[in-house]
Amino acid sequence: MPVKPATKTAMPHRAPAERTRTFEEVNLGYTPARAAFEASRCLQCQDPRCESGCPVRVPIKAFVGCVAEGRLAEAFNLIREANSLPAVCGRVCPQESQCEKECTLGGPSGLKYSPVGIGHLERFVADWARDHRFSPSPLVGEVGRGPHTNESPVDSRLHVADQARVRGLKGPKVAIVGSGPSGLTAAGRLAQRGYRVTVFEALHEPGGVLRYGIPEFRLPKSVLDDEIAELKASGVEIVCNIIIGKTLSLDQLMKEMKFKAVFIGTGAGLPRFLGVPGENLNGVYSANEFLTRINLMKAFRFPEYDTPLKIGKRVAVVGAGNTAMDAVRSALRMGAEEVHVVYRRSEKEMTAREEEFIHAKEEGVVFHWLSNPVRVVGSEAGWVTGLECQPMQLGEPDASGRARPVPDDLPTETLPVDTVVVAVGTSPNRLLTRGGALETTSWGGLVVREDTAETSRPGVYAGGDAVTGAATVILAAGAGRRAGSG
Amino acid sequence: MKESLTPVTNRFVIEAPWVARAARPGQFVIVRVHEKGERIPVTLADFDPDQGTITVVVQEVGRTSRLFGALAEGETVMDVAGPLGEPYVLRRQGTVMGIGGGFGAAALLPLLRALNQQGAKTEAIIGARTKELLIVEKELQHWCRQVWPCTDDGSYGFHGLVTDQLKKRLEETGPVDEVVVIGPMPMMRAVASLTEGFKVPTQVSLDPIMVDGTGMCGGCRVTVNNEVKFACVDGPFFDGHAVDFAECTRRNKTYIEEESVVHAG
Repeated sequence: MPVKPATKTAMPHRAPAERTRTFEEVNLGYTPARAAFEASRCLQCQDPRCESGCPVRVPIKAFVGCVAEGRLAEAFNLIREANSLPAVCGRVCPQESQCEKECTLGGPSGLKYSPVGIGHLERFVADWARDHRFSPSPLVGEVGRGPHTNESPVDSRLHVADQARVRGLKGPKVAIVGSGPSGLTAAGRLAQRGYRVTVFEALHEPGGVLRYGIPEFRLPKSVLDDEIAELKASGVEIVCNIIIGKTLSLDQLMKEMKFKAVFIGTGAGLPRFLGVPGENLNGVYSANEFLTRINLMKAFRFPEYDTPLKIGKRVAVVGAGNTAMDAVRSALRMGAEEVHVVYRRSEKEMTAREEEFIHAKEEGVVFHWLSNPVRVVGSEAGWVTGLECQPMQLGEPDASGRARPVPDDLPTETLPVDTVVVAVGTSPNRLLTRGGALETTSWGGLVVREDTAETSRPGVYAGGDAVTGAATVILAAGAGRRAGSG
Repeated sequence: MKESLTPVTNRFVIEAPWVARAARPGQFVIVRVHEKGERIPVTLADFDPDQGTITVVVQEVGRTSRLFGALAEGETVMDVAGPLGEPYVLRRQGTVMGIGGGFGAAALLPLLRALNQQGAKTEAIIGARTKELLIVEKELQHWCRQVWPCTDDGSYGFHGLVTDQLKKRLEETGPVDEVVVIGPMPMMRAVASLTEGFKVPTQVSLDPIMVDGTGMCGGCRVTVNNEVKFACVDGPFFDGHAVDFAECTRRNKTYIEEESVVHAG
């Protein structure tokens, strides 16, 4: 085995002092030299376990091999074939718990090695393709060969003329509900296979959580716009301002508009609150509202944009997942002087990605572990003045397998803040399932057959957070891909 | 189509075929006037599935509503999404009193029309500061047994608040089976407080601050019967005797300063 550099090639990024007052992207991306160097660390394993760690099965071994040899167009086609959103996923996937976790280099046998930077490389290749206006090779007309056709090998498609992409698709009509990661992935997959796909989005811009939830400094909207434009160029139609379940019903889609199948990728958009006194005081936001005002409505450019966001000097974010990190780092960029994360468990149980956590710490976020909010304190006029928290300790593991936080024998403490953002999770929106047309779980998730992703209604499929509850972009994409492939 | 109802109130008929087909009385739409605009909830003042149009009445109170009001006939609004919220539950019999304050009177129209067509007896009290701000009286008369206009300055109809007129009506002519109120928060609060004494079930149409209108942001949360509800998906109609109006009023003032920033600029 040739000697490989032990550690992952560093991702260039903006210095903390420079980035905390701007929504410009923090990570700057590999240079071609860095990418080739990092790719050359790959062992090209006989059995590439990294690929089994990827929910959308990107052919990682092959694409990394291409990068090492400078064949970037080929690398891009390989990725794009499996993943409609590579520039997005290269940025926001939790690679450390998926592909990179399975990487042989980083495995237990090589303790001093870190895994290949697969995510950084995916991003590099996708950005290269964007910069070079390189479009993926077309894939048209597989549907005619029957629903169980094996996907054709990539190589045979590398030479197809580009015009074929604009060729009218002739396959059956499929409706996708929601233009978030699972919906867009399913759409891309189905269009590749020749279906005529229409995506219905409730908001005025497509992208779902990629648009309203993930901030510009982690995922520039121009990156998302380009990947969506690419999907549209491949024949996917996206219609905004249509709320399925309100504007149009499932019945209308299937019976009147003659969609042969419907894929529901409506995500988990309903915010959970703490249920503590004072939660409706002015200055308490759900992370969804806080982030939507900033990301979708561009409150960070108020008053050029009309939507404001009221933010105080001291902000506390409750929760320690990726959304909490996005919210707290956005608060900083919106001008807060002091930002806190309050979490009832300890650092070990935190669900945020390591990179987000490190970035947040570098930017000066203060973390309060084992601290459970019990009350939002307010002024007489009804504005937030503090967050009262109960110190906690860890007990026996709970249903999630993590140590259950229990109150410690200590008095509560009040953190003086004027804004509180609640980021303790979301659950599926019931707009479409109200009235019981589709079978759901007790918490509102859609019930689907594991093998086909079909719901209780024939012809209606579902995937992503709408089925699993709040999870990650790539898991949603994986579900979208399975449904699109079935 | 655009029609001026008062110097600050316009009625717009907007082409939105899907919304028009799905709409039911009491529902609202989210509108964005221009590319950098806010998403604002607007109650449907009418809808016509055959023509494929919806009607909204907009009074110029803030920046967005002024931009809306400035649109000329033939121009387009950036986005319309809906219909949103749960429709008003229609009674098939008994007497229903609709109360509309300011431009809220416009939203009463489809509701009282539907009630009337379903067989309920309908009446309306509409109020405004002065005569020229009073709207839709004639249209309401078509669908109501009686319409009582009220003005604060006595320039037309009953001289006084809608609550005074309602009290008079309830005392003189006897009880009604339901009251439904659409209007400014203080008015809805006052009506609910009055009808509680008369033990008349009262529905109020809440319009808290909201962003998406589909249950996603939770900005429109209101406390009803000590329970937190989202006005966009659980409402807009709630039991007026169970709503925490003090909280609603306070929360609606969150962005008062920002409104003035924009006004200055």
